[in-house]
Amino acid sequence: MVALIKNSQNLEVWKVLESVKDPEIDTVSIVDLGMVEKVEVEAEQIKVTLLPTFLGCPALEIIRTNTKNAVMGLSFAKNVEVEFIFSPPWTSDRVTENGKKGLKEFGIAAPPRHLEEDGSWHVDCPYCNSTYVTMENIFGPTACRSILYCKSCKTPFEAMKPVSTIM
Amino acid sequence: MSNVEKMMSTEEKKAVETLLFQLADDDFLFSYRGSEWLGLAPHIEEDVASSSITQDSMGHAAMYYKLLEDLGLGNADDLAHLRPAVERKNSVLTERINGDGYYMDTPQYDWAYTVVRSYFYTQAKRAKINSLKESSYKPLQEIAVKVSMELYYHVMHWKLWFKQLLSSTEEAKTKMMSAIELVVADMGDLFSYGEQKEPIERFDLIDSEEKIQNAWLEALRPTFEKLELDLPIIPEPKLNGRNGQHTDELQAAIDTLSEVYRIDTATNW
Repeated sequence: MVALIKNSQNLEVWKVLESVKDPEIDTVSIVDLGMVEKVEVEAEQIKVTLLPTFLGCPALEIIRTNTKNAVMGLSFAKNVEVEFIFSPPWTSDRVTENGKKGLKEFGIAAPPRHLEEDGSWHVDCPYCNSTYVTMENIFGPTACRSILYCKSCKTPFEAMKPVSTIM
Repeated sequence: MSNVEKMMSTEEKKAVETLLFQLADDDFLFSYRGSEWLGLAPHIEEDVASSSITQDSMGHAAMYYKLLEDLGLGNADDLAHLRPAVERKNSVLTERINGDGYYMDTPQYDWAYTVVRSYFYTQAKRAKINSLKESSYKPLQEIAVKVSMELYYHVMHWKLWFKQLLSSTEEAKTKMMSAIELVVADMGDLFSYGEQKEPIERFDLIDSEEKIQNAWLEALRPTFEKLELDLPIIPEPKLNGRNGQHTDELQAAIDTLSEVYRIDTATNW
């Protein structure tokens, strides 16, 4: 019985975490970004373990606070701890299908899974789906994004940078 | 973390701390010099790129300072901002100014110097990070895996600049060649572990100085061969930053970068 309650509370925490959005991309939750590694519920003590996307990301502290506040809203929550760990490392293939949809909705191409031998990669335009795009800058307005340009619909757009342990 | 601490002898802990300070201070100063370029880079896309690299690198420094905090060395922000030059363990190369002038006034910064320093430094960091993935100190091993992914893009970026400027006009080549000379002259301590060399290597925290330096040279080789340049010869250090020997440029940098922090160290900036 206790185990059952714990289990359902655990699911409730996961559910509420879906309301915690990336502070800069409000169509994607931290769950969809693959940032949530673990949720532990022990009596009134709740611990959420997160993986940072990029180590220098200034949004991390905002995400920590937003996560804490969201979980504290649950009736059974008394103490909430949010911890960032580095192992396993966050990789871009942790972004869920739902996350990819949310990114596209925001005008950001999802991180590609395939890398060419020379390290280059390709995404399609998130607006018109054209494959006729050029890389403008590997580095973008945030650590996790690159800037591209679609030659078909003549729109600049961003893509989430692929990162993986083979790099 | 307390378990890790218990397992380490005083001697090993000292070696871990020393290596962490070297890694932290290196990335911290490298990023600080990078941040001085903000708004001044050759074009807007470069401004975005180099400040993104600077931000990543500052994140790496913050992780190392956090590991030192976990080892009981004090608050990470304090370690970054408040330690005087004589306690710093960064290599001399990372503390050097970007050029004459002050960034708020009339900076005469040298982009060729920045490209060479950044490429050589980032490639050296690559060699260290590859080795740290096998470090006997687990927390460092884990961070190395994460840093490695971000570093991939940094190396790619600086290598591209290096190749392009050296394949460009005569003026660009001349500037790059004198920048290489300047940078190499300061590289004597980049691969040094200073006074703690013996225990750092004995405890398998990272590969030997010689091995890292060799890995660095091998990484440069294809680029240098393509450009028909001789591989650099690293001199003996005139000053060894790993042992707290620095130029005046470091204290000036610390005074500037910690100015706001020192106004109120309790505030969450």
